[in-house]
This record gives sequence, C-alpha cells and structure tokens, in this order.
Amino acid sequence: MSIRKIVPYLYIAPCILIMGLFVYYPIVENFRFSFYEFSAFSPDKVFVGFENFLNLFQDEVFYIALKNNIWYAVISIIFQVFGGLILAAILEDPVTRFVSGFFRTIFFLPVVISITVIALLFSFVYNPNIGILNNFLSLLGLEEWARAWLGESETAIFAVIAVSQWQSIGYIMMLFIVSIQAIPRELYEAAEIDGAGKVRKFIYVTVPQVREMFFVATLLTLTGAFTVFNEPYILTGGGPGNASEVLGTLLYNSAFFKDQMGYASAIATIILILTLLVSLVQMKLFRTGKDG
Amino acid sequence: METDKATVKYEYNPGTRKLFKQKAILGSVPLYTILLFYFIIIAYPLFWMIINSFKTTEEIFSNSWALPQSWLVSNYVHAWNTGISGYFFNSALVTVSTCLGTVFLSALGAYGLTRFNFKGKNLLLIFCMGGMMLSPQVSLVPLYKLIQVLGIHDTYLALILPYIAYRIPITILLIRAAFLEVPKELEESAFLDGCNTWSVFTKIFIPLNLPILLTGVVLTAYFTWNEFMFALIFIDSEALKTIPAGLMQFRDALQTNWGVLLAGLMISATPIIILFLFMQKYFIRGLASGSVKG
Repeated sequence: MSIRKIVPYLYIAPCILIMGLFVYYPIVENFRFSFYEFSAFSPDKVFVGFENFLNLFQDEVFYIALKNNIWYAVISIIFQVFGGLILAAILEDPVTRFVSGFFRTIFFLPVVISITVIALLFSFVYNPNIGILNNFLSLLGLEEWARAWLGESETAIFAVIAVSQWQSIGYIMMLFIVSIQAIPRELYEAAEIDGAGKVRKFIYVTVPQVREMFFVATLLTLTGAFTVFNEPYILTGGGPGNASEVLGTLLYNSAFFKDQMGYASAIATIILILTLLVSLVQMKLFRTGKDG
Repeated sequence: METDKATVKYEYNPGTRKLFKQKAILGSVPLYTILLFYFIIIAYPLFWMIINSFKTTEEIFSNSWALPQSWLVSNYVHAWNTGISGYFFNSALVTVSTCLGTVFLSALGAYGLTRFNFKGKNLLLIFCMGGMMLSPQVSLVPLYKLIQVLGIHDTYLALILPYIAYRIPITILLIRAAFLEVPKELEESAFLDGCNTWSVFTKIFIPLNLPILLTGVVLTAYFTWNEFMFALIFIDSEALKTIPAGLMQFRDALQTNWGVLLAGLMISATPIIILFLFMQKYFIRGLASGSVKG
C-alpha cells in the first residue's frame, strides 16, 4: 500500500530534482549572492548589504544599458509584434494562398539559424567596405548615409537591434498565423456581408480575435528584450565604448572579465525583477482585457 | 474567389463580377508588394552568404554581388578541417543527449502528473511550469559556481544537465496535454491484464504519443543546437566547444579568410534548416502550443 503511494512521486522525481538543482536553486542563490562581494576563484565571501545595488545605481553604464534595453523593447514590440501580425494577416489572406506556404517558410528560416551564424553574417552586412547595406545605399544614390554601422556609437545599438528583428519577426509571425487559422470563417463572411474591406476586416475581426496571442507575443518580446545577450555580445561586445551595452552584456563583463561576481548577481537580480514586473503587468492587463 | 468581393464593397452585386476580379487583383497589389519587399530583406543576406561562401577573399572584396567565377568547394573542406568538424561532433553529441534526456524525463513527469492522484500534485505542476518564467541569464553566476562545485565544468555535462533542466517545463507541458487525452479505459484494461504502471507507460503511453514526443525532440534540438551563452561560459576547452561558441573561435582564427568563414557558417546552419524543412509540421505545432499556454 505504501509503495503504491510512492509510485507517482517516483515518476516526477527526476524532473523535480534536476529543475530544483539547475533552475530554482540558482535563482535563490543569485538573490543571496547580490548582497556579497566575492571572486570566482576564492571561496571567501564578504557580506556588503546593499552596496552592490548602490554602486550599480551610481554606475552610468548601468543607465546606458537600461536605456538600450528599453530601446530594444520598444523597437521589438513595433517590428515583431505589429510587423509579425501584419505579415501573418497578409499570408492568411485568401488572395495570397497560392504563395503563402513558400513565403511562410522563407520568413521563418532566420528563426532556426543559430544566432552566432546570423550575427557573424551581419558583421558582413554592416561591413563598411564590402557590406551589403552600404552597397545598397550607394545603389540608391545615398552614399552619404553609408557608415560603419557597428563602429559608431550613435548607430551601434540600433544596428544590433535590427539584427534581432531580422531574426525574430518570423517567429512572432508564425504564432499569429496559428492563431489566425483558428478564427472561425463565419466571422469574416459576416464582415464581408456588412461590406467590410481587407483593412476593416483586419481591424474588426482579426485583431480582436488574436488578442490572446497578442498578449503572449508582447510578453515574449518584452522578456526577450530585457534578457538579450547574444546579439550585442557577438556583434559589438557592448562597444564602441559602452554605447551598445545591455544589462546582459554588463552582467557578463562584470562576472567574467572584472570578476565582480556579487555585482554581477545584483545586475541579474535587477533583470529578474524587470522580467517579473513585465509578466505581472501583462497578466493584469490580460485579465482586464478578458473581462472587457 | 468569393472572399475577394470584400475588397470592393460598393460594387456588391452579381452583375459586375468582372469588375470585382480586376479590383480584387488591384487590391492585392499592396499585399504582394509587402511580401516581396520583406522577402528580399530576408532572402538577400542568406543568398549573399551562400554565393560568397564559394569565393576567394579577393573575389568577395572585388565583387561580392556576382555569382562566383569558379565555385570553390574547397572552402567547405577547409572550414571543416579548421575546427568545424570538432564543433559539429560536440554539438551533435550534446544535442542528442539533451533531446533524449529531456523528452524521457518529461514523459515520465507528465505520466506522473496526469495518471495519478496524490498529495501536492498541483504544487508539483506549478513547480514544473514555473521554470518557464525564469530566464537562464538571471542564474548565470550561481550556475557557474554550481557547475564548478559539481566538478562538471568544462565537460559535456556542464551543458547537457542545465539544458535538460531549462527545457523540461515546456516539454512537460506539451506531453502532459497529449497524455490527458489518452482514454482511461485503455489503461484500465491493461491493468486488468496484469500490467503495472511502468508497463502501461512504456507499452501504451509512449507508442501512442510518438508524434508529440517527436515535437518535443524537434524543439529541444532547435534550442540545443543554437544555444550560445551557456556554451560560451561553461566550456573552456577548444576540443569540447559546440558550434555556436566554437564559431567565435573560428572567426578569430580565420580573421581575413572570409570565404572559408562563410562556408563554416553555412555548415553550421544547414542541419537545423534541414530538420526544420522536413519537420515543419511538428515544429510549428510545438512552438504554437507551447507559447499559447506559457
């Protein structure tokens, strides 16, 4: 009898153990670490209270990083969520049905390519001498716009953000496609009888019907924007200077270059709080959205 | 084309069908323009990568827009021998292990969570799902420490174990939804035949849900093959690096040999693109159902 009671726990135990050890325990530890000062190479930790956070709030690079993360969030919402939705609506429109399969596959391709491959490819795209972008601009007679996109502090972060959009629009688009396919056809037919055109059908049928996916997509995009690391790390390393630093690269540099593990943990705690806040706000909005 | 009528609302009467058609075609021009424009943005860099991966560096410099004068397959051989083969092997090994581990453990967990009633079931479910809210970036420092304490730093396990842990929530979610659909009667008759819970799991639940398990494998493979941050930090030895982290080394080693570098990028991207093209259905189902409920 008692053995039968244990059986279900045995099935779940491996998952719980491995997640407890590698997902939950580090989160708790990170919170604790952010109140200490320590090095990766020594077991000694010094308790410093809120000093890491105080230093962080006085660090001007922190504000550059935060500002860049906010740019990331704003631009990603516009391009990935709104752009992805529009592309999905076009591909699900009956007039494009003969080609939509092809375009859908091509638009999704960047999602499955490793970010390292994409980032290295874009270091060619942005290359001041042979880059596609400058070549393209001179083709249009806009030579004076050409520049070293990743090398100048005004453009670096935006060049990096553009790469993320290039890669991820297809992903959000695919989520919206799945969601649009679930909309009952009768709604569109009813709208047509009322004389609605494509644009009005989009605004009055598609948009309200994909509302749930819209919130999911926003949540994914915002969380992604505040935890981004790969693209800035590979493309610019946060440079020139600290111009394209984001919280993720700041964390990495503090931990693995400056060996300030406590300081890095404090940054991680800030990232955790930001992402949890985003989730909470989203859930609240989503709930009110459902009631209304 | 019954739905195209909608583009021209005022002419809505059967007498003007021809006009409809013309207006409908006209109305679809902006849509096709947008598609074509975005197609160029996506396809052109990829096309550029393909053609230039067959050129010499001089040719890339002098004319990166044209097709190669002669197609240098040797770039691929060179890239393969300059380290890509090793990274490729490591990536394959880590990906296969992670996929098997993740899907097997998640299936076990999903079975426990769906076919039994016991104390704390909901709590354990929340525990498993909650992992989806947490980003790996946030645990980087403690994970690094933990991996050193466990003595697995700079081994394959330093990647495989965290990957499995971070992939379990989404995979368990997928598999649980499928397991909930399995009719109770199947199970009950198996128990009457003298099966225990383990043989019900291996003889009924696994074979019956192969498609969803495959979806889990495809999604895990996609994540693992492309993961960069852990691969960069938890592995130091050149010989153990997976493709995403290895490519950084590869770039530094090849500084100016761009044709070979691009060939390396091509080799790295191809397996997962092929996997996607052949398994598109499983892939999209997984992405969609995972995000809706996440």
